[in-house]
Amino acid sequence: MTKVLVLAEAKNGKLRNVSFEVLTVAGCIASDGEITACVFGSDAEKYSEEIAKYGAQKVYVVNNKELNEYTPDGYKQALLKVIDEVQPQVVLTGHTSIGKDVFPRVAARLNAGLISDCTDVQTGKGIVFTRPIYSGKAFQKKKITEGLVMATIRPNNIEAVENEVAGETIKLPVEIKDLRTVVKEVVKKAAAKVDLSEAKVIVSGGRGVKSSKGFIPLQELADVLGGAVGASRAACDAEYCDYSLQIGQTGKVVTPDLYIACGISGAIQHLAGMSSSKVIVAINKDPEANIFHVADYGIVGDLFEVVPLLTKEFKKVLAEKQAVSI
Amino acid sequence: MNMVVIMKQTFDTEEKITIENGQIVKDNVGSIMNPYDEYAVEEAVKLKEEHGGEVTVITVGPPEAESALRTALAMGADKAVLIENEDQPLDEYSIAKVLTAAINNREYDIILGGNMSVDNGASQVGPRIAEELEIPHVATITKLEIDGESVKAERDAEGDVEIIESTLPILVTAQQGLNEPRYPSLPGIMKAKKKSLERLAIEDLNVTEDDLQSKSKAVDHYLPPAKATGRILEGGLPAQVEELVHILHEETKIV
Repeated sequence: MTKVLVLAEAKNGKLRNVSFEVLTVAGCIASDGEITACVFGSDAEKYSEEIAKYGAQKVYVVNNKELNEYTPDGYKQALLKVIDEVQPQVVLTGHTSIGKDVFPRVAARLNAGLISDCTDVQTGKGIVFTRPIYSGKAFQKKKITEGLVMATIRPNNIEAVENEVAGETIKLPVEIKDLRTVVKEVVKKAAAKVDLSEAKVIVSGGRGVKSSKGFIPLQELADVLGGAVGASRAACDAEYCDYSLQIGQTGKVVTPDLYIACGISGAIQHLAGMSSSKVIVAINKDPEANIFHVADYGIVGDLFEVVPLLTKEFKKVLAEKQAVSI
Repeated sequence: MNMVVIMKQTFDTEEKITIENGQIVKDNVGSIMNPYDEYAVEEAVKLKEEHGGEVTVITVGPPEAESALRTALAMGADKAVLIENEDQPLDEYSIAKVLTAAINNREYDIILGGNMSVDNGASQVGPRIAEELEIPHVATITKLEIDGESVKAERDAEGDVEIIESTLPILVTAQQGLNEPRYPSLPGIMKAKKKSLERLAIEDLNVTEDDLQSKSKAVDHYLPPAKATGRILEGGLPAQVEELVHILHEETKIV
């Protein structure tokens, strides 16, 4: 009987979708075993019901205001306490800015192995995780050979499946002390309306965007599609946009349902960061551009003509769809 | 102030990956310093220029990893340590144990590294070392200020910027945007050839059998399935756009 523990994560007052995806992975691994989840912060309790919808029989709530902001020390102390209480064989979370930060520390403390950034899992002959390496140029199958199994799961790769159970909420008091890093302030960036790593649609710009103003039509298209804006390294280096938007081998690796590459030539480093997207659309003036080799659909043309037309057309069909559903 | 930079040599990002018998082929592949580590080296050299002290760069890898260390020396690091390991497959657990042992007997105020390597991409080794050394860490930083013992850093947290305060000693990992890594100058490269590069075997370090016993193992490697050739749309631009929206909306139903 495998006991799996999931660290769930909330952001801006909502559970993150990746937490449901991780719970789904936990379900595959636990099979008839037990899924336990934990969630941290003053308002953690309000999430337990939703967590149970995805199969967690027990939800440990660590209600402590010291956990309202993420710190490695605070989260480490809380997670170690939950692990001690639950005694799981497997501990999972999302490969998010929190997950990839606290799991290595906890793994080090427990002398445990950790498999990071997994996109798939197979059970049967032990638990085998699949993870991209070289930013997606290749894949690796990896397993833990000894002791506790820890893994972080990349957002947006596994479909979250509901599996409602009668969840039991357990309040676990944890003394959080000696925080050695303090979050003084969190500056929300306007550009990050939809988080790149979890966006279903990404409209991405390259050198062809020509200026920071050139990103405006891309943002408009992204807004209509409920997506996020990304960029190639060339666009970031040219200071058309912030490095936080960079997609590629240095930068973020993304796997949205739809990736629209505008004025991006398609350097191998950029392709590494986006070629696993489900559908890729390329818009480029140069019919020889490398990006067309990975694109499912290509339009050879000026992005400043094509993108506004796309925005208009999508607005039209989406409005029609809404009209029908009313 | 003394800075230690943990770094790694990786494949050149231009390289394609080849696999034979389930293993990545490493022969005849161009190598570079992991791009995120360049930011770490640059920041360490900037801290030295501002506060004085010494920059030591450390890596675990094959003898050829010397070239990445020489690049760091040419950028302004003072000393390099190469812990040679050619055959033993070490996972993040073991690498962190080895690097910790190498750092432990040195004086440091701050340890810097890239936030991930562009090959393995796990983002584990930095935070693991911080835990082993019982010091705090701040990952994916885009700005760093040190004043006496106090540390102020900006951390990229999925697009949001967290402003973090802490104290030395600390470990930080670099995100793009932290700085513009300098190109090694010709005199820098010449000087780097004369700088101290210490070669150690893992056995020279205070590590146990258990430390070297990796906790995870790669069982297979493979390339992503080749993509079917895409379709370049034809006709007038408005017609192409209309067709594309139709495909995405009606056929793939993605939008």
